[in-house]
Amino acid sequence: MKTTIRNLSLGVACLGFALSSLPAQAWEPTHPIEIIVPAGTGGGADQMARTMQGIITKHSLSKQPVVVINKAGGAGGEGFLDVKNSKGNNHKLIITLSNLFTTPMATGIPFNWKDMTPVAMMALDEFVLWVNADSPYKTVKDYVDAIKSKPDNAFKMGGTGSKQEDQIITVALQKATGKKMIYIPQSGGGAVAVQLVGNHIDSSVNNPIEAVAHWRAGKLRPLCVFDAKKLDYKDKIAGDMSWNDIPTCKSAGLDVEYVMLRGFFMPPGVKPEEVAYYVDLFKKVRETPEWKKLMSDGAFNQSFMVGAEYAKWVADAEKLHEGLMKEAGFLAKSN
Amino acid sequence: MEELANLFHGFSVVLQPYNIMLMFIGIVLGVIVGVLPGLGGANGVAILLPLTFSMSPTSAIIMLSCIYWGALFGGAITSILFNIPGEPWSVATTFDGYPMAQQGRAGEALTAAFTSSFVGALFAVIMITLVAPLVANFALRFGPAEIFSVYFLAFCSFIGLSKEPPFKTLASMMIGFGLGAVGLDQVTGQLRLTFGFESLLSGFDFLIAVIGLFGIGEILLTMEEGLSFRGKAAKINLKIVFQTWKELPRYWMLSLRSCLIGCWMGISPAGATPASFMSYGIAKRISKRGKNFGKGEIEGVVAPETAAHAAGTAALLPMISLGVPGSPTAAVLLGGLLIWGLQPGPLLFTEQKDFVWGLIASMYMGNIVGLIVVLTCVPIFAAILRIPFSVIAPIILVLCAIGAYTVNNNAFDVVMMLVFGIAGYFMKKTNYPLAPMVLAIVLGDKAEESFRQSLLGSQGSLSAFWANGLVSTIMTLGLIALFWPILQGLWTRLRGAAGLRAAQ
Amino acid sequence: MSDALNESGGAGPSHRGVEIGVAVFMAALALIGVYGSLKVGIGWADEGPQAGFFPFYISLLVLISCAVNLVQTFTKSDDGALFASWAQLRKVMSVVVPTAIYVFVLTYIGIYLASALLIATFMRWLGRYRWSVAIGVAVLVPVLTFFMFEKWFLVPLPKGPIERYLGF
Repeated sequence: MKTTIRNLSLGVACLGFALSSLPAQAWEPTHPIEIIVPAGTGGGADQMARTMQGIITKHSLSKQPVVVINKAGGAGGEGFLDVKNSKGNNHKLIITLSNLFTTPMATGIPFNWKDMTPVAMMALDEFVLWVNADSPYKTVKDYVDAIKSKPDNAFKMGGTGSKQEDQIITVALQKATGKKMIYIPQSGGGAVAVQLVGNHIDSSVNNPIEAVAHWRAGKLRPLCVFDAKKLDYKDKIAGDMSWNDIPTCKSAGLDVEYVMLRGFFMPPGVKPEEVAYYVDLFKKVRETPEWKKLMSDGAFNQSFMVGAEYAKWVADAEKLHEGLMKEAGFLAKSN
Repeated sequence: MEELANLFHGFSVVLQPYNIMLMFIGIVLGVIVGVLPGLGGANGVAILLPLTFSMSPTSAIIMLSCIYWGALFGGAITSILFNIPGEPWSVATTFDGYPMAQQGRAGEALTAAFTSSFVGALFAVIMITLVAPLVANFALRFGPAEIFSVYFLAFCSFIGLSKEPPFKTLASMMIGFGLGAVGLDQVTGQLRLTFGFESLLSGFDFLIAVIGLFGIGEILLTMEEGLSFRGKAAKINLKIVFQTWKELPRYWMLSLRSCLIGCWMGISPAGATPASFMSYGIAKRISKRGKNFGKGEIEGVVAPETAAHAAGTAALLPMISLGVPGSPTAAVLLGGLLIWGLQPGPLLFTEQKDFVWGLIASMYMGNIVGLIVVLTCVPIFAAILRIPFSVIAPIILVLCAIGAYTVNNNAFDVVMMLVFGIAGYFMKKTNYPLAPMVLAIVLGDKAEESFRQSLLGSQGSLSAFWANGLVSTIMTLGLIALFWPILQGLWTRLRGAAGLRAAQ
Repeated sequence: MSDALNESGGAGPSHRGVEIGVAVFMAALALIGVYGSLKVGIGWADEGPQAGFFPFYISLLVLISCAVNLVQTFTKSDDGALFASWAQLRKVMSVVVPTAIYVFVLTYIGIYLASALLIATFMRWLGRYRWSVAIGVAVLVPVLTFFMFEKWFLVPLPKGPIERYLGF
């Protein structure tokens, strides 16, 4: 985990090899395909996996059925270990969220993305800074000024899980504002949004899909999005606001950027033609109207990457997380 | 009444032949899913969710919610017949349901369980129909401290009930808390008590413990006493249903109280499990036959089943109107809503009238259909007890193993199931109560989480639990429940003293 | 756990002995709990209790209750009651042993084959059924579960060489 450069080049080399030797003969699965979800039923990753299962079934994209299995134990560590230990199993995939990086760093559970074979990035999930619509903060500046004018620990931030993506963003926010916040972990994104509506917390960094219903109902207000560019979706959501009208946090004076990977990995030791089969399958999934609907409902960033490009992105993201986690003091004590 | 007009429109949607067919399919699938231990409602709905992809959202939710009702009904069956609760909220049903089956009153117990489930659900649906928006806003007032106070109340109303020695009860409950703490600590994101074992990452799931302690433990006890199921003589005809029905109206007060507890627990996102335990605990204290609870008292079946089903139904309300699931199954249904392109939230009631009122109408219809299906099957279920032990026991063992495996897809859990089974055998024989242990495994982790979330919010000050009227009231109720035996003693003594004085 | 101190009954472990064994076993679990909690911190930090706070005090409570239970067992005069007779325990073991073998082998040979073997053994050995009946049930149940779980509900269960040979 220390020598990132070596890791990076290693990953790129692996993938480069994987792609350069694409065979002529197409491989096909011979029994049901398993998608592991390293999170509980009903969460964002689970939803995406099950939507894909439904799409593949409905459009008969694969001759074999797709099975979704949740392995949420140890912040998803259980699922990743299963994939890591299923060397050469070409009927197994895992959908990732940020716990691909945060779980091994925060808990010391021994796995790393390099223990697995990268397949494809399906999308990036966005994070938006939300406040209660009744709160006086209309813009990021109002919000940041209010934090700065008060002592430490005056603001409560709610988020999903502990030492995971939401808390990483919170720590980055603390760094940007110079004030500490109280971070209250909840078990799911929906619960976080409701806590914010109920004024039990002051702000949240919910994914768009978790909070959009409350936004439309006039209960929550988005302040900014933690991406480098604005969201693409221009349909009106609440009043005359669309996702596209939310400024980026950076442009609003809050220099924090974060997106979450929604991608697929396979166990180590699978053959390139097997990976190619799944890449092809995912490309077909992306063409369906149901997938497009899911993307626009959740205001996802629709980046799609495979091969070396994907591996490089993951390696960079790992480096980023390592820096953030280290700074926040979230790295597990060696045990 | 605009609501009523909407509701009738909903019925017209639901009563299309296609939807009625889906309803039957859903109920039957749900009962199967509920009967198989491990494959509970949440799993069943999640597994079948992608199949509904090509249906209209209304038809899809009708089928999926019927799977949910079916699973709620089905959970009671194995609890009563084999002492194996298929779902967390049927644990309390085993306390009196299984002894009833052993006395040859399985048909009666099943009828009582199904009928009270139906009553609970019906009560909750009527509440949803009439006061939905009002109730949804009430749910918003529940922050971490309020949620903790609800768990606290659930523990307090159940604790101190067992007839076993107090220190054995304490040991049993504390071990339950300890087992519940194994795995990831939600608040700090740290692993604890796993000692580097990968198999312990997901901790001890309640279902594994229950399948082992109750199911396997019971098989071992039966073996020790010789090969026979004492429930052999179960009456198996439909008359038993009507005989039981004649008896049930007597318990209207109990039902009403259980309905209210259930609705409240379902809306505050505590869910069906605390509701069933709380309702059982309170019923035991208030009932005249409280001393007979645990020995096959029909009230001990009515109370938890009514509350669990009322809570399970009411839990769908915060899901629809706030997008926050009140139960794991509701969480999966919520995912379904999003997949079908519906946004759960305050606007769903105005924007998707067809869907919402179709769902509410299907709650009425689904439960009626469910009740008919399960009641007609009562003789069949009761007849299962006639299968000789040496045939049914290995099949139960196999189904338990499959159930234990499917909870986390982890073969180690199957080994743990057997360990819990042996532990259950020894604990039962040495007079350690199992129920407090199970309650602690189910709720301990969540209670600790909400406790620590509250303290995070209040910066370590315990005043969070007395910060507003709502939380203080619930905490006070909890304390009253905890010290109820003492208070009761004081009360009778005071009254006795006053009576003496009056006499003098 | 099953020390046969008892001489009056002669035919089984004493209830008292088992009682002591259970208490000692629970105390051992509690000690593991104490150790594990100490490792993650049992203090009360700024933001409330640390990860090991509750497990630590819970384990202490278990230890205290075990101590009380032990004292009660020792102060009570031994009434010579049996926990169970050896014959009864043998019957219990006749379930525990096959089940133990079953849970350990099912990852290797697959849950379906293991289940068939368990059911056949149980029916033949304990139920004294004819081989034809025992094997009939032993084949039917796993086949039914196979179709229900793998085909209908799409829930994969542990499979072994046979299933792999058949192409699943």
